[in-house]
Amino acid sequence: MSEAWVPLLLTLKVAGWATFFNLLLGVGVGFALARLRFAGRELLDALLTLPMVMPPTVLGYYLLVLIGRNGPIGAWLQREFGLNLIFTWQGAVIAATIVAFPLVFKSARAAFEAVDPQLEQAARVLGLGEAALFFRVTLPLAWRGILAGLLLAFARATGEFGATLMVAGSIPGKTQTLSVAVYEAVQAGQDGLANFLVALTSVTCVLVLLAAGRLAPGRVAGGGLR
Amino acid sequence: MSAAPPLWDVDLRRRFAQAGRQFDLQVRFRSDARRLVLFGPSGAGKSQTLRIMAGLTRADAGHVRLQGEALLDLAAGVELPARRRGLAYMFQDYALFPHLTLRQNVAFGLQRGWRNPGRRVADPEVERWLSAFGLQALAGHYPEQLSGGQRQRTALARALVARPRALLLDEPFAALDGALRARLREELLALLAELDLPLLLITHDEADVRLLGQQVLTMAEGRIDE
Repeated sequence: MSEAWVPLLLTLKVAGWATFFNLLLGVGVGFALARLRFAGRELLDALLTLPMVMPPTVLGYYLLVLIGRNGPIGAWLQREFGLNLIFTWQGAVIAATIVAFPLVFKSARAAFEAVDPQLEQAARVLGLGEAALFFRVTLPLAWRGILAGLLLAFARATGEFGATLMVAGSIPGKTQTLSVAVYEAVQAGQDGLANFLVALTSVTCVLVLLAAGRLAPGRVAGGGLR
Repeated sequence: MSAAPPLWDVDLRRRFAQAGRQFDLQVRFRSDARRLVLFGPSGAGKSQTLRIMAGLTRADAGHVRLQGEALLDLAAGVELPARRRGLAYMFQDYALFPHLTLRQNVAFGLQRGWRNPGRRVADPEVERWLSAFGLQALAGHYPEQLSGGQRQRTALARALVARPRALLLDEPFAALDGALRARLREELLALLAELDLPLLLITHDEADVRLLGQQVLTMAEGRIDE
């Protein structure tokens, strides 16, 4: 079953990058939504949550419209950098990042809001500036919640199908991730391969969820999984 | 008028409006007392006064001068951030950092930069205060493992390590039981005598007033009757 490991490694690569981007984006946006007071904050939160509730194929279609050759972003990337994202694994990373994004920023926002403001004030009185305070008090106290969100995002990115298929297609060894490979194997009647891929995917997702459940018991992963 | 400026020179105004209700804080006092107690029922505005002095809450108008030095003088455009005021501030429930050990908490204000002091931080000032409060044996414990009295001593040590120019205490004994309260009052008195450090303490406990106050200001409904 050596061909089964290729989509697994590709999936881990795509999910890993998607999780990394979400670490930066999700923590930044989560912190901003937790701390900044501005009109339309809850509306923005709702809009950013859309990828969680919209069908992935719809997201994939939006992405195609935006980053496809004729889309505003896609045409610009092509013109300025000669870059094309459609049918590449980088395109799959973008799809997975967007689909998993709400899981991270929501967890991060909740985690930042749970930090006792008095602890931050204590740090200020003790002489700390705002950046030092963030890295020494706020982030360490919010970290467990953020990490749980990142693990869920990793699991979500690992299982991503619809948007990935729309944007990156299903090129074996190049853009064919685990979940897409499962679909292809079933379509081609390769039951043995399908069984193996399905087992591999299931084990990966269960491991990630168990880790998430340990980090934030009962809050993010749900009590039933512990 | 005497040549030397008063130790405490405070004149503050602030209007708090919340949920249709309005609270006006109007505080003015000058004093040379080394141990000044602000006494009044809860809701009188004592904590807000202390918070404005420490730079944790903003004032609408007024000034805070300590031995003639302006920490806040809105008419002159002076508003030092909390981290530059050089004041020790002890919160009512101590606000110890739950992710740091007792020793790291005490060392917190001595270390600049974006990283917290390590668990095995060795600093003569930290050791001095740990031994002064009899906390050495507990130095590796986390705040949640400490008793109320131990937490209070830790918070005091943390505040004193940075060599503040004055000590602001918000209901320092309210979270403790009776016998411990009496003992810690004695400890605080001995400490102040040794350090010759100006103290401003707010309380609604008459025992604090009797034992600690050199001068007592009574506060009610946002005002001080000097």
